[in-house]
Amino acid sequence: MQKSWLKGSLLVAVMVLITVAGFFYTPYPPNQMNIQRPLEPPDSEHLLGTDNFGRDIFSRIMVGGRPAFEAGMIAVLLGLTLGTIWGAAAGYFRGWLEEILMRMADGLYSLPSVLMALLAVTLLGPGQASILVAVSLANIPIFARLTRSLFLSLREREYVLAARAIGSSDSRIIFRHILPNCLSTLLVQASISFAAAVLAEASLSYLGLGTQPPDASWGRMLKEAQGFAGLAPWAAIFPGLAIALTVLGFNRLGDGLRDRLDPKL
Amino acid sequence: MYWLKKLAGMLATLLLVSMLTFGALYLIPGDPAVLILGTEAEPHDLELVRSQLGLDRPVTAQYTRWLSDAVHGDFGDSITFSKGYSVSRLVASALPVTIPLAVVAILLSLLLATPLGAFAASRRGGKLDSLILTLSQTGLSIPAFWLGILAIQFFAVDLGWFPPGSMPKWSADPAGAAVSLLLPALVLAVPRAAILTRIVRTAMLEALGEEYIRTARGKGVSEWVIVSKHALKNALVSISTVAGIQLIQLLAGTIVIEQVFSLPGLGRLILSSVLLRDLPVVQGAVFAGAALILAVNFLLDSVYPLIDPRIRGVA
Repeated sequence: MQKSWLKGSLLVAVMVLITVAGFFYTPYPPNQMNIQRPLEPPDSEHLLGTDNFGRDIFSRIMVGGRPAFEAGMIAVLLGLTLGTIWGAAAGYFRGWLEEILMRMADGLYSLPSVLMALLAVTLLGPGQASILVAVSLANIPIFARLTRSLFLSLREREYVLAARAIGSSDSRIIFRHILPNCLSTLLVQASISFAAAVLAEASLSYLGLGTQPPDASWGRMLKEAQGFAGLAPWAAIFPGLAIALTVLGFNRLGDGLRDRLDPKL
Repeated sequence: MYWLKKLAGMLATLLLVSMLTFGALYLIPGDPAVLILGTEAEPHDLELVRSQLGLDRPVTAQYTRWLSDAVHGDFGDSITFSKGYSVSRLVASALPVTIPLAVVAILLSLLLATPLGAFAASRRGGKLDSLILTLSQTGLSIPAFWLGILAIQFFAVDLGWFPPGSMPKWSADPAGAAVSLLLPALVLAVPRAAILTRIVRTAMLEALGEEYIRTARGKGVSEWVIVSKHALKNALVSISTVAGIQLIQLLAGTIVIEQVFSLPGLGRLILSSVLLRDLPVVQGAVFAGAALILAVNFLLDSVYPLIDPRIRGVA
């Protein structure tokens, strides 16, 4: 497990590279159908085979990661900023503010992201926007709870008491003294949250709630391949592998970072 | 008193959930009357349907009417998904699918996770420990629906051990219905088992570091009894505190798994009614789902004091 974070970052790097490369080059236009060559097995022309419309699966995997990575980035970005402010306010100021903020966070936390996505779809209709709303809302309480618990233990530390004794302002104590000490733990959570958001995006677009046809997303590709899993196993295997490797990469990265930062567990 | 307090809290939360879903659905653009009658309908007919549904009244009046009907078991009728059927009938036919699916999945994940986690903890740092941890990480990273698709292809289509999705009615073919739930329950259990294994392992490591374990070792109690009795019993307390969230995640997972295996459960009902904008069904089914989750949490809360006598004193 020692080299876990290294293997994780390697996996992440490969999947990011494939997705970034997809912005500049794909072997075939990802949505181009070729009714002469449906369900072709992998060969030199089509590296990972074709789907039921004769579309090149490798090209679709290259662009199909975009909604997943987008979900991960937005979820972590919004979850980290809003959740940290939320949790920091609760953990630093305590009192009734903490009570209200944490009750709200607990309520949000108990709603699984699938249910949030379903509610978002009822309001906004199916599409990537609904998924982004759902994964962001799911992550805010996670970061809020984590930051609060970190603040509760850090705010009593000697260096914080010392800072307070020499008359430092609240904002200086929060931003200069406490928050920098939370960063490593928050970074671990960011990595794990990224993995969860990629998985959530895939599940939701598999359900037909996210990216709409003809555009590709890994989950959507699996939905379309399910009916042909016997005839064309490659169409059902490779997009799932892309999801699993990406999620595994971010999970390993998070775990590896945690092991380095907190060797106790 | 402990149970009464929990019960009251559960009912209050349920009321809040019903208000929130009702409020959210009220904000949705689009006219249910048009959904029912179609866009070609006469304005006069639309007006009639609106007043029949009570849509011409203020939202608070609509909500109290819905609530008083709901208390009497009447959640209205489906408007698009299966036109004319009552929501309570649709929900009632979905529950015998979802509840057994979830229960079997919970049992399977506990059955997998408890021995694996306890074993990993007792071999901490060893080869088997890191193997189990790697397995758990892989189980966590594999999308359940992908696992489902592959499992259907391999176990159902290629090997023919299970039916490839869909499910007969319990009344028509009880054995067939039970068998068709096994594979989806197993797939549903895998990610939960992966997380639970780590939770069991961490809780066991904590318990194994306690004084009473050293005492037991000093008395010459066998390692098997120490792990399976002394440590596991105490680890159960911290395991059961995270079990609630895991159960909610598992119930959410049924939405995806029911879709993969074409099972006519509550998750599928919610998904189809959301996509067809069948608002009475969405409202009723989400309410039923929330009630299910809260009931499970209530059961779990009731079990705590039995596991941990210290809680009984507090309550």
